Amino acid sequence: MPAALTVADVRLSLGGRAVLDGLSLVGEHGEVTAVLGPNGAGKTTMIRCCTGLLAPDHGHVEVLGEPAGTASANARIGLMPQATGAWSGVRPAELLAYLASLYAVALPVSDLIAALGIDEFANTPYRRLSGGQQQLVNLAGAIVGRPELVFLDEPTAGLDPHARRRVWELVRELRSAGVAVVLTTHAMDEAEQLADRVVLLNEGRCVASGTVAELTAEKGLEELFLDLTTPGGSW
Amino acid sequence: MSALDLRPAAAPAPWARRVLRHALMETRLVIRNSEQLLLAVVIPLGLIVAGVLAGDRLGLAREPFVASVIALGLWSSGFTSPAITTAFERRYGVLERLVATPLRRSDLLAGKATMIALLAVGQATVLVVAGLLLGWTPTAVAAQVVVAVAVVPLALVTFAGLALTLAGRASAEVTLGLANLIYLVGAAGGLLVPVASFPSWAQPMLRLLPTAALGETLRALATGLFDPVPLLVVLGWAIASVALARKVFRWIS
Repeated sequence: MPAALTVADVRLSLGGRAVLDGLSLVGEHGEVTAVLGPNGAGKTTMIRCCTGLLAPDHGHVEVLGEPAGTASANARIGLMPQATGAWSGVRPAELLAYLASLYAVALPVSDLIAALGIDEFANTPYRRLSGGQQQLVNLAGAIVGRPELVFLDEPTAGLDPHARRRVWELVRELRSAGVAVVLTTHAMDEAEQLADRVVLLNEGRCVASGTVAELTAEKGLEELFLDLTTPGGSW
Repeated sequence: MSALDLRPAAAPAPWARRVLRHALMETRLVIRNSEQLLLAVVIPLGLIVAGVLAGDRLGLAREPFVASVIALGLWSSGFTSPAITTAFERRYGVLERLVATPLRRSDLLAGKATMIALLAVGQATVLVVAGLLLGWTPTAVAAQVVVAVAVVPLALVTFAGLALTLAGRASAEVTLGLANLIYLVGAAGGLLVPVASFPSWAQPMLRLLPTAALGETLRALATGLFDPVPLLVVLGWAIASVALARKVFRWIS
């Protein structure tokens, strides 16, 4: 079985600036790959290359054995965007029912709502939700179609500790079910708790990768992060 | 541990279901938006009522005026509404989100087209019924009915293509401002104001506008005239606007 995700020597410039600069990484089925990096390191751009929204200038991206961006590959992945990702007036229950209807087999929406604690605000317009509540809805939307590979772009940003732990538990369940999870995060403890493999990005390049144990043999993950990365920009 | 069965099983729903569900989703959101309802139904209804009640004093002939207002309504459903909703879909990352689903780009466009058709049919029904109840008595000839049946969908395709061209490049705020401005310009450019009202030197240029093509077609339909020329105009515009939208549209802002 090919890797769930292969990013091979991808280079991409936007507005004359190299955003991805020879990035390579692999995401395996049944594993959590945490992509760490400061703001502007290229994490979100990498995900956009994986969904075909951006085409690399060089290198290639393979998703579930197919070129990134093909309709059949995109139908088998889930995406939790970093910000918004929903119509401002849509209600969470309505959004999730709509997303579920796009799939032949989807998770029962009511069960998903209950599992993520969305019940209390399931009928509140998306624009009136807190950032953390929006994150939970986005996460539910990413997995409602039972994907083989799911991208979680900073999944716990803005969540309170209870919700954060609930999300961690769900990520572990996804891994146990055989789903390949690629998550980006700034939270070192999140990577340490969840990741089978960590990829550290800086200025569009992978500057370190390995298991948490391998990377932290000599120093903590945060120290390594500070040593190997430069302060983030605004990209 | 949740009770969810998370084992991978992703597979797309049938094409028709994807398109229909997307169309219904967008239609619900548009209907809930009071500003868009204002443009689509409330303003045209108000114009029809005002035109019928005060038309004689203002020198407005009832038959062409009601037809003009229906054309104006279709303009808002075909252009203004899709432009604004699509621009905010880009702004809020909805399109980026939907890329990672079984909804293909062609499905999304088909869903939007279905939404526009649903809105246009609903809106035209309301306006026609309101006009008839207020004494509107269109006198159509059969040949012009055929022309109108072809011109209306082609005009809607044209308007939608222009809407996607604008919304696919400009920011949400710029699109919001420009779409409303263009709505007013279109209203003056052959929709509410007949081409014959303009100076003779301007009329040939105005007749080449898709807004004028739609307005003139519906006015001819309501007054018993036959005018097939607008069909050629909107056919050209439909092809050009769709090609332009395909070329310039960006899915992310």
